[in-house]
Amino acid sequence: MTSKDTPVLAVRELQISFSMYRKGLRKESLRVIRSLSLDVRKGEIVAVVGSSGAGKSLLAHAVLGILPSNAVTEGEILYKGETLTPALQRKYRGTEIALIPQSVDYLDPLMRVGKQAACAGGGPEAQRAARAAFARYGLEPRVERLFPFQLSGGMARRVLIVTAVVARPALIIADEPTPGLGAEAATETLRHFRQLADGGAAVLLITHDIDLALHVADRIAVFYAGTTAEIAPAEDFKRGRDALRHPYSKAFLDALPQNAFKPIAGAQPYAGRPPQACLFADRCPERTNACAGAVAMRALRGGEVRCIHAT
Amino acid sequence: MRLEAKQLSFRYAKGEPPILEDVDLRVGAGERVALVGPSGCGKSTLARILSGYLEPSAGKVLWNGNILPKKGFCPVQLIGQHPELSVNPRHRMSKILCEAYTPDADMIAAMGIESAWLSRRPGELSGGELQRFCIARALAPQTKFLVCDEISTMLDVITQAQIWELLLRATERRGLGLLVITHNRALAGRVCERVVSLPEINCAL
Ligand SMILES: Nc1ncnc2c1ncn2[C@@H]1O[C@H](COP(=O)(O)OP(=O)(O)OP(=O)(O)O)[C@@H](O)[C@H]1O
Ligand code: SF4
Ligand SMILES: [Mg+2]
Repeated sequence: MTSKDTPVLAVRELQISFSMYRKGLRKESLRVIRSLSLDVRKGEIVAVVGSSGAGKSLLAHAVLGILPSNAVTEGEILYKGETLTPALQRKYRGTEIALIPQSVDYLDPLMRVGKQAACAGGGPEAQRAARAAFARYGLEPRVERLFPFQLSGGMARRVLIVTAVVARPALIIADEPTPGLGAEAATETLRHFRQLADGGAAVLLITHDIDLALHVADRIAVFYAGTTAEIAPAEDFKRGRDALRHPYSKAFLDALPQNAFKPIAGAQPYAGRPPQACLFADRCPERTNACAGAVAMRALRGGEVRCIHAT
Repeated sequence: MRLEAKQLSFRYAKGEPPILEDVDLRVGAGERVALVGPSGCGKSTLARILSGYLEPSAGKVLWNGNILPKKGFCPVQLIGQHPELSVNPRHRMSKILCEAYTPDADMIAAMGIESAWLSRRPGELSGGELQRFCIARALAPQTKFLVCDEISTMLDVITQAQIWELLLRATERRGLGLLVITHNRALAGRVCERVVSLPEINCAL
């Protein structure tokens, strides 16, 4: 049933809540992702940027089916048009769908890193592929025999990337793949993602480095407080704040050190106390009385925005 | 007040090539210096030696002309690149936050730390949320010098700008010295007065 236009990854109205025990036996439900919808097509890189704690990693973990057991999800995640059930997630994980995790402690501390990379691919073919991939990422053959604790931060990061791409997955989810890599290595990594996408993979690239992302991504999704504030062509981010739609996206660009380095005040609302109004209302310079209700995503100038005043 | 590295050398094991060799560096009182260089050139290793987490194979680290104290609170505090590796995963955040001192409500608010996070464990926070705790923890009143090893790459750009605003205010007010390791040239230019390239002072390379 997959046609050419079926997205490789389709997230529909995803919600994620955590049930947490507060003092005594009172149970609290914390909704950390609310009504999130996003597509990634074959050959496309969609970059996800946004506030820390907006739910970017949880989205990645939800697709892979590795959320903690106290997480409750609603909505739908489709892989090539097929609903991702836990059984399918187990089947595809590491082969069809690969994760490059944000935290370097996902490496097995007791296994030499060369072996970990080869295992991810399975079979003797993988051994050779892993070796070639190590070389391509500037990791000398001696690195294969090291244990994770013997790696520098940047080396560990590259090992995670190699481990993920060795099996040639159709969907790559990279959660902050570049910190610690250095400018050249980071650029080279993203160029490699671009090649993988051009070769037919779908890439969801979660990053705080918008500067790097906008040079390789096709579209950029801006997350805020568990939902999407804006989804826009990467081109609009290159053109600057006036080409963007949501006040949060504009504030995002203004905060970059190469721009004004000027942060807006405040923090994203805590999931335990969501406002009734627009989620950005308490920090928004454009707020009016009309922003008091819940705000839905709408199409605007070739993108999508969750703001009633955006033009 | 000054932090000095004198002829520092370091190798992880005997017989292995040195990571650092004859490194000299001096950062004066209230000075803010950026340390740059490619991945693997030894920046984080140097950061760990300067803050007393690693013993150099040769050479010494001097704080105001004296060897760093071996016991008790180190006036040179390190904030690292991987907050998840610098906290005890079994402890609650309230305990982690107060390891060195008890930050006041102003500090907690300025860091954007939600009180509800205090009862959680590290695995229940996002990377950026966790890093705010590590920064607050390092800003103890006894701290005189901060070594910041890629501390903001895991934060969103607005939080990054907020945290640097706060760190710069705190360093200015308290006259703290700052060594900032970053790959972001624009950030180095915004935050620091002087840029040092490690490959240029590291004879191992
Ligand atoms: N196990 C958990 N229990 C309760 N809350 C959690 C848990 N894991 C994450 N959260 C909360 O869910 C929200 C989203 O977390 P997530 O890790 O997805 O953020 P993120 O967007 O990846 O942030 P960062 O950019 O800082 O990595 C955060 O507010 C976090 O505190
Ligand atoms: S809906 Fe209103 S408060 Fe929300 S972002 Fe738009 S203008 Fe700002
Ligand atoms: Mg994350």
